[in-house]
Amino acid sequence: MLKVRDLKVQYGNQAPTIEHFDLDMKKGEIISIVGESGSGKTTIIRSILHALPYQTRVAAVTLEFEGKSLLSMTNSQWSELRGTDISMIFQDSGASLNPIRRIGKQYVDYIRTHRKMPVKEAAALAEDMLAKMRLPDAKRVMNSYPYQLSGGMRQRVGIAMAMTFQPKLLLADEPTSALDITTQVQIVKQMMELRDTYGTSIIIVTHNLGVAAYMADQLIVMKNGRIEDKGSKEKVLRQPESEYTKKLLQAVPELEGYRFV
Amino acid sequence: MFDDSDMILRTEHLVKEFPAAHGHVLTACDNISLDIYKGKTLGIVGESGCGKSTLVKMLMNMTSPTRGDILYYGDSILKYNKKQKRESYQNMQMVFQDPMASFNPKMKTIDILTEPLQNYNLLKKKDKIKKAKELLKMVELPEDLLYAYPHNMSGGQRQRIGIARALSLEPQILICDEATSALDVSVQKTIIELLVKMQKELQISILFICHDIALIQSFAHQIAVMYLGNVVELISGEKIADEAAHPYTQALLSSLFSVNITQNEKIEELEGEVSSPLDIPRGCPFASRCSKCKEKCRKEKPVLREIKQGHQVACHYTEE
Repeated sequence: MLKVRDLKVQYGNQAPTIEHFDLDMKKGEIISIVGESGSGKTTIIRSILHALPYQTRVAAVTLEFEGKSLLSMTNSQWSELRGTDISMIFQDSGASLNPIRRIGKQYVDYIRTHRKMPVKEAAALAEDMLAKMRLPDAKRVMNSYPYQLSGGMRQRVGIAMAMTFQPKLLLADEPTSALDITTQVQIVKQMMELRDTYGTSIIIVTHNLGVAAYMADQLIVMKNGRIEDKGSKEKVLRQPESEYTKKLLQAVPELEGYRFV
Repeated sequence: MFDDSDMILRTEHLVKEFPAAHGHVLTACDNISLDIYKGKTLGIVGESGCGKSTLVKMLMNMTSPTRGDILYYGDSILKYNKKQKRESYQNMQMVFQDPMASFNPKMKTIDILTEPLQNYNLLKKKDKIKKAKELLKMVELPEDLLYAYPHNMSGGQRQRIGIARALSLEPQILICDEATSALDVSVQKTIIELLVKMQKELQISILFICHDIALIQSFAHQIAVMYLGNVVELISGEKIADEAAHPYTQALLSSLFSVNITQNEKIEELEGEVSSPLDIPRGCPFASRCSKCKEKCRKEKPVLREIKQGHQVACHYTEE
């Protein structure tokens, strides 16, 4: 479904941030990209969505989504694709909402930008999506301002918005990093349900190896813009090829793991 | 569980309330009694908004509690006058979550490291370079960082400088407020190793605040679990994985994602959200999310009681 060969991303005149990145994705698959800060995880998914700053050069031998090349798309083609076929969840969805407008209004605007429909119908669709994301009392959420919701609820609103048009590919950039661990569990479970209900393929970028291990079918370990290790989850976690992955896995604190005292 | 003569700091029934709009009262910390022992680590775990940082501010004498007392070697630190307060800051030092924000961006490492000593007139100018080099060596950093600015260093290096600065006054207690949360896991590991090494060498006590229960149990001697301003469980670090008795601690433990996990493995999910500290329920603070909640839990607030030596729980139904 998604095919990337030899992706290279360069910010301005700096040395390339990403080099030699390959990826193959099937429908309904979940791929986790893990790595430490500065390893280029976010740059990769942003380059898939063509959401990088001006003057960033993206080059690849192949960058295809469902057989269409993403490299030569015009701006209007991009706006058609984004939010409908490919959508994205951010680390703090609350920050991507307008703080002085009610959530319902913004949601309706979002829907009507992508599909012509009357306001009432759009509002009903929005409410329906919020309820599906297990937000209690969707009506109240629609009438709330972003600051009135907790972090977990805002993240659910973000997921609901991203899932409105049942995208084929969902890109998630650190979707649980800003959340408490009990809320993290709720969001991770919710994302797994998306795949089961809608057959959505998901690329999740995270620094939490535990979350990546739980969700992924395929795991990619990045370091300094290059792939360090890649393959099925079992392979990467049980028999990592690179020294870096081994080191990383050892550093994760585990219950009943290594104790310092 | 530890020798009472080794006790350095004790808090007695600390309560901190903040006035809120419309006559409400926000209870940030509710009846907290904890002891800190020499050379031991006390970990405090809890989710955002549970009162961890307010507790630290009270311990550091930066804000005064509404009720209760803080005893340092038996003396109440709340009665200190201005001069005594200033002197007492030597005994307790802090390491912050974001070292970049806690340093003056225009100061060089050498000045950052020696500023606390100079503030207390404990360092002569001619010894400055020597002392700074010593401190760098202590936290395993190269000497050529002496004239570097904070922005020239990596996150891990900055956090080491933060630790060196805090330790320069040879405090009795080191308070780390989420000191590793902003770091990558591999760096986090080296910082923890450093802290444990320093603790063994200098016999300092560490109060480590953290939201990652897996990390904290790997090096804390004692762990206090907080929920909505209350300490709900106090347990030794080695035993928390097996013997945690409070439903909230159990929920925290079961919501951890291990790297050895498989998708078939069940992850327990805690329903709902933390209730607001503005109107804390009359009964057990955890009652609204607890799966074992009974009628008594909604009416009567459980108090911390010892169920085993060194293991205290605030729950009516721990035996079940």
